[in-house]
Amino acid sequence: MGAKQFGARVKRLEDPALLVGSGQYTDDIKLPGTLHAAFVRSPHAAATLRGIDVDAALALPGVRAVFTAKDLPPAMSKMRMPQLVPNAAMQTIRTQHCLVVDEICHVGQAVAVVLADSQYIAEDGVDRVQVDYDVRQAVNDVRDAVKPGSPLVHPDLGSNIVAASPMAYGDVDAAFANAKHVFTEHIWQHRGGGNALEARAILANYDLMNDMLTVWSATQVPHTTRRMIAELMGRNLDQIRVIAPDVGGGFGPKATMYCEDTVIAQIAMQLRRPIKWTEDRREHFLCATQERDQYWDVSIAVDDDGRIIGVRGHLLHDSGAYLPWGIIMPYIAATTMPGPYVIPAYRLDMTVVFTNKVPTTPVRGAGRPQAVFAMERLMDRVARELKLDPSEVRRRNFIQPEQMPYPVGLVFRDGKPLVYDSGDYPKCQEAALKLSRYQDFKPRQAEALEQGRYIGIGIANYVEGTGLGPFEGVTVRVLPNGKVRVITGATNQGQGTRTTLSQIVADAVGCSMEDIVMTLGDTAAIANGLGAFASRQAVNAGSSARIAGLEVRKQILRVAARSLGVPEEQIDLEDGWAISRSGNRQSISFGRLSFASQGMPGFSMEPGDSVGLEHTAFYMPPQAAYCSGTHVAEVEVDVGTGAVKVVNYVVAHDCGTVINPLIVDGQVQGGVAHGIGNALLEWMQYDENAQPITVTFADYLMPMATDVPDCVIEHVETPCPLNPIGAKGAGEGGTIPAAAAIIAAVENALSPFAVFFADTPLVPERIVSALTTANAYRRRHAQK
Amino acid sequence: MTVKQAIAVTVNGKQYQREVEPRLTLADFLRHEINLTGTHLGCEHGVCGACTILLNGLSTRSCLTFAVQAHGQEVTTIEGLAEPDGTLSPLQQAMAENHALQCGFCTPGMLITLTELLRDDPNPDDAKIRETLTGNLCRCTGYSGIVAAARQVAKGGRGIAGD
Ligand code: FES
Ligand code: FES
Repeated sequence: MGAKQFGARVKRLEDPALLVGSGQYTDDIKLPGTLHAAFVRSPHAAATLRGIDVDAALALPGVRAVFTAKDLPPAMSKMRMPQLVPNAAMQTIRTQHCLVVDEICHVGQAVAVVLADSQYIAEDGVDRVQVDYDVRQAVNDVRDAVKPGSPLVHPDLGSNIVAASPMAYGDVDAAFANAKHVFTEHIWQHRGGGNALEARAILANYDLMNDMLTVWSATQVPHTTRRMIAELMGRNLDQIRVIAPDVGGGFGPKATMYCEDTVIAQIAMQLRRPIKWTEDRREHFLCATQERDQYWDVSIAVDDDGRIIGVRGHLLHDSGAYLPWGIIMPYIAATTMPGPYVIPAYRLDMTVVFTNKVPTTPVRGAGRPQAVFAMERLMDRVARELKLDPSEVRRRNFIQPEQMPYPVGLVFRDGKPLVYDSGDYPKCQEAALKLSRYQDFKPRQAEALEQGRYIGIGIANYVEGTGLGPFEGVTVRVLPNGKVRVITGATNQGQGTRTTLSQIVADAVGCSMEDIVMTLGDTAAIANGLGAFASRQAVNAGSSARIAGLEVRKQILRVAARSLGVPEEQIDLEDGWAISRSGNRQSISFGRLSFASQGMPGFSMEPGDSVGLEHTAFYMPPQAAYCSGTHVAEVEVDVGTGAVKVVNYVVAHDCGTVINPLIVDGQVQGGVAHGIGNALLEWMQYDENAQPITVTFADYLMPMATDVPDCVIEHVETPCPLNPIGAKGAGEGGTIPAAAAIIAAVENALSPFAVFFADTPLVPERIVSALTTANAYRRRHAQK
Repeated sequence: MTVKQAIAVTVNGKQYQREVEPRLTLADFLRHEINLTGTHLGCEHGVCGACTILLNGLSTRSCLTFAVQAHGQEVTTIEGLAEPDGTLSPLQQAMAENHALQCGFCTPGMLITLTELLRDDPNPDDAKIRETLTGNLCRCTGYSGIVAAARQVAKGGRGIAGD
């Protein structure tokens, strides 16, 4: 089998439709008779619902119905959303109701929904729904929420604590007792959003004739969404079909189960009308899940050479009001912190706490950016205190390639011991330093300083558990017209899933990419699936595509050998043809072979034949595949305004075997942009009543074209030994260490003033206020 | 309910006559009245740029424009950028070649903004391309492919369709 497409810089199959505006996103799909939904949302962060008066709304011409919890089937209205990932450490698994029954725990919770002939009228109707609330005191800051006497997010639970548990190995206390040097940092990471450019959207239609409920949803996880809807509605799973059509970005929040999905589906059944809901941006800021709020108090113990003896500390995680994804973000954070370094003893105590804010769930990186930030800040601190170069401190502590597979000593979130499967951390750092001209940065910096310009450089390393299970399936089927149908539970929100899977199948089967027709994100096409999260699809679906494709190849060869009368070994499969290598190169098309593989009515098949040219594979990874990398950021800081410009950005990363460099480069570049947002711009703010105050793109700043440089990217490929294609995930590595590298670079740029930072986002006013309290800065300005 | 107004708007060279409420945005008119769903809504408050169209040749937020304001005017959307025979404009081709889109949601706005830029300044430098793009957010790509696509067309000096 020749690898023609695998590894090649193949242009995306997704693009032609999207470039002419003929993509089909959920809101683009039109069904006759559709009613439009708009939600009535709580303006309070903590309240008890007293009553709802919907009469004025119903009186509005064009409003067809208003639903509150009481109007849903009783069983459904009482149920809470499913808990996706329970964990023994959780003291509660509290999730929310579909529509508010009595408790309101964050601003924006859905209280009622208005159905009308148009979106405009539905929103008019929302304004006319009168809701009576008993307002309670809210708690906004997770540090307050853990204090005794804090207002309770869920009064019936008696405590705001979700979980308190350690993540540890080795004798960390002994390590610290004997250490020559101990340094401590107090770190805070902001809360932000995924902010896919397409917000959430749902269209549901009940087809009485087929007794089928179809739901189009801008989701990363159609199969999980179907399961949730089935559970809440008490309906047969296979009489619900969830389709993720074109989806305008995911980044994590679209892998969450939301009450709106089920409510809209239920109303479509009840009213026997198609129902559409399209979230607006303000709602997205209020109600789509967010991430990153964490406070870290961490210490590192090192010897005189800067070699790590131990790391310990405490992690305080703000889970918001509910736990749709359990406690996986702090869990992942705690297991990601050791990174590429040899750490003989480690203990991180984590406390997970409710606040009256929208729940936190994974956003691109999922706990890892925080962990890497904490670890890399400690490494920079060691370098500074011991007067070593930051790259040297890291080099001295790397796990070496010959130590692979390397058991860290913890259990990862996949339930398996945290064992790095492969990787070459020193090589990645070496490559990144070279590409960033790290060695001659000091003279460049000195020269810039003479011109009054403050430039700085920062390094960050990471190891990321990707490709998580349990499985993803792919069916490969040769159709009678010679096309090759590929079906997968994997989904596409921009990752180019269609393209990468086509590359793999085309090579395996021996057809052209143009002959592949693909169905993804449709629960009717494949019984089981997971979808997009944890940089898992290339690994899981990619492996299944290879396995299924090779199996179909065998089937093709078997039928072709019989049809052509030559042994299988003498047949080439190319561009959808089986071609005999001998004689006059007789050939037969895949389409004809597909016919032949069906047998003949009344005749027996040959022993060992398969029915049709078709195979379904469900690759189940034995554990996570650990990718890794080094980022080097170069910034220039305006000491007058505090503005930071990222002027150069280098990524040397190892995502195993690269299937399509064009797409991987795009994932890295886009991930870095997200990381720049996290480091310098994006900050979801709430006031002391837990009232969101950054609910537009004018208040919540996303990176623009002028904020993101073209990254210099190098792929250091150490194939993952655990899966048949050698791949590791590539979707999140661009984001994970970015804030760490950028903040280090800012600090480095401002080294003449000895100002230090341990928080993100590092917005201009924080730089200016740090500078104005720095003696060196004041002295310099006094001289001017 | 408000009285509807009759409007006639030329979109991608074709005239459409509809009766619309004065509050209907141009974006919703395009998307839902005449079913040109290639124009996207990412924020509906004028920042993200996904809804950008050309109104009489000038890039305009269709989420902040009422349909009635487009009465008697000419609108170009993403659906109107390729040649009538379906051949992609050089910019559209360059976008595919440079991986300038992932989810494609920002793409209509990016194409319109750059179509206008390259029409008015066939040879913009990177700084100008980036400055022009500050009115368009992309969450997926980190912009480099988009800038590269514009650069490629600028260098090619091929001019582009859609103006
Ligand atoms: S939708 Fe018009 S600017 Fe965002
Ligand atoms: S390609 Fe997804 S927002 Fe730009």
